[in-house]
Amino acid sequence: MGIIKTDKLVFEYIRRDEDGNVEGINRAVDEVTLDIKQGDFIAVLGHNGSGKSTLAKHMNAILCPTEGTIWVDGRDTREEDEVWNIRQTAGMVFQNPDNQIIGQVVEEDVGFGPENMGVPTKEIWERVEESLKAVGMYEFRKYSPNKLSGGQKQRVSIAGVLAMHPKCIVLDEPTAMLDPNGRKDVIRAIRALNDVENVTVILITHYMEEIIHADKVFVMDEGKIAMQGTPKEIFSQVEALKALRLDVPQVTLLAYELQKKGIALPDSILSIEEFTKEVMHYYEQKGRKA
Amino acid sequence: MAIILDHVSHVYGGDTTLSVKALNDINLVIPDGQFIGLIGHTGSGKSTLVQHLNGLLKATSGSIYFNGQDIDDKDYNRKELRSKVGLVFQYPEHQLFESDVFSDVCFGPKNLGLSKKETELRAYDALRKVGLPEECFYQSPFDLSGGQKRRVAIAGVLAMKPEVLILDEPTAGLDPKGREEILEQIVKLREESGITIILVSHSMEDVAEYVDRILVMNHGEVMYDDVPREVFKHYKELESVGLAAPQVTYIMHKLKAAGLGVDENATTISEACEEISKVLL
Repeated sequence: MGIIKTDKLVFEYIRRDEDGNVEGINRAVDEVTLDIKQGDFIAVLGHNGSGKSTLAKHMNAILCPTEGTIWVDGRDTREEDEVWNIRQTAGMVFQNPDNQIIGQVVEEDVGFGPENMGVPTKEIWERVEESLKAVGMYEFRKYSPNKLSGGQKQRVSIAGVLAMHPKCIVLDEPTAMLDPNGRKDVIRAIRALNDVENVTVILITHYMEEIIHADKVFVMDEGKIAMQGTPKEIFSQVEALKALRLDVPQVTLLAYELQKKGIALPDSILSIEEFTKEVMHYYEQKGRKA
Repeated sequence: MAIILDHVSHVYGGDTTLSVKALNDINLVIPDGQFIGLIGHTGSGKSTLVQHLNGLLKATSGSIYFNGQDIDDKDYNRKELRSKVGLVFQYPEHQLFESDVFSDVCFGPKNLGLSKKETELRAYDALRKVGLPEECFYQSPFDLSGGQKRRVAIAGVLAMKPEVLILDEPTAGLDPKGREEILEQIVKLREESGITIILVSHSMEDVAEYVDRILVMNHGEVMYDDVPREVFKHYKELESVGLAAPQVTYIMHKLKAAGLGVDENATTISEACEEISKVLL
């Protein structure tokens, strides 16, 4: 069993009127079964309202399943005694950095998690240091968070989760509010965690460029997993993704448009380097024929 | 008529030790009907700038003219200015408050003192312009999807019949299709009513695709002011100030460097596709 495993997970939001009678039921997650390996970089795509965030909130027991089961590191999230262990195993980072930072000073904020866990003081400082270094924010440790840019704050939020030594970190659109540089820095920090520290990453995003290095991509639609595969497999299906209100990276789209014009390039090119290589290859082949 | 900024500066916390110069000697002419993209990293002064355009912030020094009148004149009608220059904030759906969509959109024109009939006509017209399906008009705004809520919020500003519409990251947090829908709607709106649009955005791809003119802000100053293909020629300088160029720009430069005879200044997918196929076919 992997770090996160679900079996026919269902979650329903139930709307009630003033008297508590059920007005409507919205099935946000519909029989999702998945198994995520420790150390994987997982991306979750899907349009607004497809159930991504609801699914993510099950991974550290913010929500409990209506039906079915989810195990985090082998623990069933419905066992109330396990909730704290689960939250230490799977940390979560949300979209708006301003809603997640509570400390007056960066290092204090990062220390909040381990302090609550009862980690000895000396070790807290060690953890704060290593976490801030991991996201490249150590030189800002004495700053007030409100003097930081959005991308920097978001990296502090990630360090705050990291200081709890989770096996898995779930990020729900962590770059939606950031400028291009902030976005790049946050993604770089996340990838480093995964590569170097072997932390399992589950990244929810609307930016297709951010996930081309993922080990596996899940695409959600109406609470179900509509597609799954490697980025290459997923992004080769341009039309299917568009039908799900999604997109492909610009370089992939450009290659696809060129294919449609009759230029034989391979499917789902994901990087600029690959694109250049393939275009030049095609160009040379053509030169040789002529 | 137009908006003219003449040596506009703004200092936050002027008399304190923490004073910050957010705008530094800005000179701009924004003619009617232009579609402008405003880009800059967090803290570059974009939001401060746009808040001057409808009088939410007052310039520390310099003057701003709207349709030939100084907006800081004592007898200038600021209330009218705010109806003429509509500002849609980031995550505007957080400002929805009425029990149904239609009343929410009526709120602005009602406060202008218009008759009930005129108010309702404007609300109807605005909701139609943002492409909201009619069956949603009497629903609670809180039952709509993210993209729909955002349209309602934009309609609330449109119902004021602005001559200038400023949108601060109108597509943040929306899925790719939702982003495209909102931007297409803005383009259509401009074609139909000829209003000036100022789009504040972190997406270089969107800016390259849609706008006529880009303003790049850095440290409270206008760093570049030109058409997209000219601005993105400076992609290295843009990177040094926390921005980037669209991915297409990088692709074209890379191809050029590899020896392919393409125009490296294409900034959109369709331009790039045209350029590359010219060489390959």
